[in-house]
Amino acid sequence: MADTQAPATAETGHGRPQALSLVPKAEAKQSMKEFKSDQEVRWCPGCGDYAVLAAVQGFMPQLGLARENIVFVSGIGCSSRFPYYMNTFGMHSIHGRAPAIATGLAASRRDLSVWVVTGDGDALSIGGNHLIHALRRNVNLKILLFNNRIYGLTKGQYSPTSETGKITKSTPMGSLEAPFNPVSLALGAEASFVARTVDSDRKHLTSVLQAAADHPGSALVEIYQNCNIFNDGAFEILKDAEQAEQAVIRLTHGEPIRFGPPAEDGLGAQGVVRDPATGDLRVVDVAEHGTDAVLVHDAHSASPVNAFALSRLADPQTLHRTPIGVLRDVDRPVYDDAMSEQLDAAVDRSGKGDLAALLHGNDTWTVVG
Amino acid sequence: MTSHVSSPTGKQPTAGAPDGAAVEALGGGDAATGGPNKEVRKLERVIIRFAGDSGDGMQLTGDRFTSETASFGNDLSTLPNFPAEIRAPAGTLPGVSSFQLHFADHDILTPGDQPDVLVAMNPAALKANLAEVPRGAEIIVNTDEFTKRAMQKVGYAESPLQDGSLDGYRVHEVPLTTLTVEALKGFDLGRKEAGRSKNMFALGLLSWMYHRPTEATEEFLRTKFAKKPDVAEANITAFRAGWNFGETTEDFAVSYEVAPASTAFAPGTYRNISGNLALAYGLIAASQQSDLPLFLGSYPITPASDVLHELSKHKNFGVRTFQAEDEIAGIGAALGAAFGGSLAVTTTSGPGVALKSETIGLAVSLELPLLIVDIQRGGPSTGLPTKTEQADLLQAMYGRNGEAPVPIVAPSTPADCFDAALEAARIALTYRTPVFLLSDGYLANGSEPWQIPQVTELPDLKVQFAQGPNHTAEDGTASFQPYKRDPHTLARPWAVPGTPGLEHRIGGIEKQDGTGNISYDPNNHDFMVRTRQAKVDGVDVPDVEVDDPSGDAKLLVLGWGSTYGPITAAVRRLRRAGESVAQAHLRYVNPFPANLGEVLRRYDKVVVPEMNLGQLARLLRAEYLVDAQSHNQVRGLPFKAEQLANAFKEALVHG
Repeated sequence: MADTQAPATAETGHGRPQALSLVPKAEAKQSMKEFKSDQEVRWCPGCGDYAVLAAVQGFMPQLGLARENIVFVSGIGCSSRFPYYMNTFGMHSIHGRAPAIATGLAASRRDLSVWVVTGDGDALSIGGNHLIHALRRNVNLKILLFNNRIYGLTKGQYSPTSETGKITKSTPMGSLEAPFNPVSLALGAEASFVARTVDSDRKHLTSVLQAAADHPGSALVEIYQNCNIFNDGAFEILKDAEQAEQAVIRLTHGEPIRFGPPAEDGLGAQGVVRDPATGDLRVVDVAEHGTDAVLVHDAHSASPVNAFALSRLADPQTLHRTPIGVLRDVDRPVYDDAMSEQLDAAVDRSGKGDLAALLHGNDTWTVVG
Repeated sequence: MTSHVSSPTGKQPTAGAPDGAAVEALGGGDAATGGPNKEVRKLERVIIRFAGDSGDGMQLTGDRFTSETASFGNDLSTLPNFPAEIRAPAGTLPGVSSFQLHFADHDILTPGDQPDVLVAMNPAALKANLAEVPRGAEIIVNTDEFTKRAMQKVGYAESPLQDGSLDGYRVHEVPLTTLTVEALKGFDLGRKEAGRSKNMFALGLLSWMYHRPTEATEEFLRTKFAKKPDVAEANITAFRAGWNFGETTEDFAVSYEVAPASTAFAPGTYRNISGNLALAYGLIAASQQSDLPLFLGSYPITPASDVLHELSKHKNFGVRTFQAEDEIAGIGAALGAAFGGSLAVTTTSGPGVALKSETIGLAVSLELPLLIVDIQRGGPSTGLPTKTEQADLLQAMYGRNGEAPVPIVAPSTPADCFDAALEAARIALTYRTPVFLLSDGYLANGSEPWQIPQVTELPDLKVQFAQGPNHTAEDGTASFQPYKRDPHTLARPWAVPGTPGLEHRIGGIEKQDGTGNISYDPNNHDFMVRTRQAKVDGVDVPDVEVDDPSGDAKLLVLGWGSTYGPITAAVRRLRRAGESVAQAHLRYVNPFPANLGEVLRRYDKVVVPEMNLGQLARLLRAEYLVDAQSHNQVRGLPFKAEQLANAFKEALVHG
């Protein structure tokens, strides 16, 4: 449990703090197989969770960390069975509390790579408080939020991300509630890294996992995940090739934000521009407005304003114009590092704790025999 | 500062002196002369209560008088009593804050039943406390505050100083505010500002009356107001003025000496300590003795917050304190840290325990060491946040879904919180289990002298993390089984992340014996439920000791936790009156000591005093089928020795 270095000041060649610098590297090249536990996977056949599990197991060797220094912590729900299938350390905890439990682990063990696996009910309903505070503190956690917009394990009630009017077992006349947009919520909670990806797009999912792992501090990755039993096709608009062209706004740092069928320059015919009247972002035809007006995506922008505005482009009912990719990735002090630095500073100031001196205090009297 | 106290020659031991008895506290004693024209009387013990508005600084005044008294070498016991409001409306009865201190030349056990001296800083303080002050006692009132308006506010139509309601008391009418302002006229302070130091004037006066050493208080004020030297000097000036006033005014013709309690204490070095401070030190000591970093996950709550504050000061001991977003996150983070190999603690009070219940259940299932410190307060719900109670026992015992046994350790005095914390840590670490440490508001804020332990004599709490495979299959393959138990303790291995080859998954779903894999097998569940219970039932706790000096007692008085002081004081009274009473006190409430059943059956009658409606008694009756009788009080205040003595006497008579 070496815990003396201060990675917040350790700079990489890219001029940013290095994530996971205290986590030991694997001694030999790893394979995906090594990350599969011996437990039978028990999700429903066809569940989107399989794809995410495969992507994560496939990505882990790429991360190259010592397997014993990786921990997956989950709450309750279908996705929260995830740790059982990873041949790492893992804890399947209680409903909503994974971010809190993982916070204690990460804050006390900076030599670990700690991943939280959660769902839309687990993270945004019963555990909403822990999620926002973990993001606010910027604890070194990578939070994978499997969003299927439904309660699966309890057999099909609406969730905090279900669209208004959703007909479910508990809302036979339709849900009365407006859904959370997890990306907007995370940005409002001061998250330093927020991304969105889709279960079926393994390449994109893997690239987002890598970006999250590279990020020092909290990373929230929303993964749209299909529940083929209780909410099948919820993300079809983003997966079907024809519809997706219009529905998905792919974000790449440093690239103009364009989507839709290709224009003459080969990029999407539609672009995101700032409305000079309101300051908000809106979608326009690039042909009409010119390419110069199109916003260039800056995930590292100190201000979260554009990331938030991008997150609001999506229609909460249909998911039309949903941004996919890393919306925000900025550096700010990491809680675990800051906590360790305070411990070091206390030793520098007062010396290493002396129990006898502490117990003795300053105000004593002596009784002689 | 350190002072030396040695046994006075030619003086008989006073350990057997009456405790809590109505001794002639102020009238009796040896008269002597001392000082310029002033009589000095010797007393065995005194109970002083400082009472004022919650903004008057009564707690600070009491704390300082306590420190002076501790360093002088008296035995002492304190009872702070304050409202939950930070500043209740000024001058009202609910806004009264008080601090009672009992000090003596012999060993004492309680903060005392009735004050010998009441310092009343305003009419509200007088009214709120007078009923508990016996006739003949001394009352010092701040007459400046006895204005018509202030008196009307608390329902005095006539001034109690004039209408005869204080007849039979020895009243000292002192214009404390005016005298303080007068003393501070050399300072650039307005009347209101200067008047704020009146508590220090009162402290100076009482310090003179009881011959308290004053250097430490002056030093304390200099340190406390280091950044405002003017304020420090003003307070010191007021403090000295109070002392000088006592020495010169004719109103105070007598001062008192209470000799050091030299025979009450074993040789050694002592300090005064409150329960919460002792508890925090116990946790740090447990961390050092186990060689594990301490992690506290906590959410502020009265009366437990002081433990969070104290531990937050000691980061140079490697202590991590995490102020969580809520009670659940506090224990959640602690459990996460326990998984990572820390000595993990969460501190709270009853309402917080309710919120933590599900996570405690998870800790039971994960079988990880975790300390849950519950500083009990009056309930239910928000209840009486600043008052004491013992009504969380059954919550600690049973307040979870499923069969979720948790060991319970309960300290008996403020200083005992130190040892109890070490004991709770021992059990948690040895048996890989959450453990409840049940303190309460009385222990938390009360204080007493504490013989500072030698670090070399503290228990060794070192643990061994799992290092490698612990299981060999029939084909010879070695593997790690997270739920393969130590055959003696039934503890499972503590396998922390970062240990190669020990990768494993644990969770709240029922686990297969040995492998820890998910299992819904009925027989396995039955086995695991019984095994978890057997592990807690098998926790090694010492036998309960019975104090039965005559050996022929028919009545056993059995308590637990903070009632130790008043119960013991009451038992002493009865014995002095010639009665035979046996006494035993439980520090381990779950599991019970192995000899408890036999002890209970030895006596014709068992009385169990508790600050609840009979929770321990219920457990005893269920476990041992004995007719344990409850004696209960839930007033938010500790028992009084006299009240208990009467109750025990009743039990003897009708036994």
